[in-house]
Amino acid sequence: MNVGVVVFPGSNCDRDVVWVTQGLLNQPTRMIWHEDSDLSDIDVVIVPGGFSYGDYLRCGAIARFSPVMQATIKHAEQGKFVLGICNGFQVLTEAGLLPGALVRNRDLHFVCDRVPLSVERTDLPWTNHYRTGEVITLPIAHGEGSYYADADTLKSLEDNHQVLFRYCSAEGKSDPLSNPNGSLNQIAGICNHQGNVLGMMPHPERASDPSLGGTDGLRLFEGMLSAIATIS
Amino acid sequence: MTQNYQAQIYVTLRPSVLDPAGTAVKSGLSHMGHHNVEQIRIGKYVELTIAADTEDAARQQLDQICDQLLANPVIENYRFDLQQVSTPLNVGS
Repeated sequence: MNVGVVVFPGSNCDRDVVWVTQGLLNQPTRMIWHEDSDLSDIDVVIVPGGFSYGDYLRCGAIARFSPVMQATIKHAEQGKFVLGICNGFQVLTEAGLLPGALVRNRDLHFVCDRVPLSVERTDLPWTNHYRTGEVITLPIAHGEGSYYADADTLKSLEDNHQVLFRYCSAEGKSDPLSNPNGSLNQIAGICNHQGNVLGMMPHPERASDPSLGGTDGLRLFEGMLSAIATIS
Repeated sequence: MTQNYQAQIYVTLRPSVLDPAGTAVKSGLSHMGHHNVEQIRIGKYVELTIAADTEDAARQQLDQICDQLLANPVIENYRFDLQQVSTPLNVGS
């Protein structure tokens, strides 16, 4: 599996992702500067967390126009894998690869915490190493992570089972109390209709190395790895 | 002949999107005693100058600029005022 990790000015989780794919999983991984546009050798493009272009104007708004994102849009249109984490999720919505938008957290605070999430669907490469309904714990760290979409978009997301991760209680119950940021329908991560593009606010790369206190995120990368091994 | 125009662009959250910052400011005003302030929505204001052949051309280009970058149509609306100006105004660089 050839992994490309996009680096914008202001990205700050890029090296954490490289540590997981290269350091823990021994997969060839290269960092892709935002001005590059050659992704021909890449199987999975990962748009990492951080504050691309200072998050000026809106989170992810300016990153969308970079050469690497134009190439990432083409990569996704070919059915290849794209993962956006945190700021990367915001970039993917701004780029139109995923529906909806991420807006200011309900309580205005930057939330930095470990939160329980329910895995809603496990028939996609991203989640095939989890069990449906399983409750996992991943870190979140964001100020603008409240998922918003209009009613029609939300309905089509739910009808097509595009919600992959939902904030929940430790027991797996979806209730407003276990919603850290006000996301509609408790949405923490969604995929596109085809399933090859995933965006999520929680950080699986920060919960992959056992020395960081949790490994629930590693299975996402492992699932991706086995899916690509099957294809090629 | 090319003319210079100045635009004042207002980007506001769509009514269906919650504005927690506006709610917080409203609560601050209420603490100040302004209990009669009923609704606050916080948006963005952008000023720019643009050279174009006609006012229509400037408006068309501004629509594109707002629609693709300055506002995110999923969550925001925009409107702008446009005036012809004799020389490019310094909007602070």
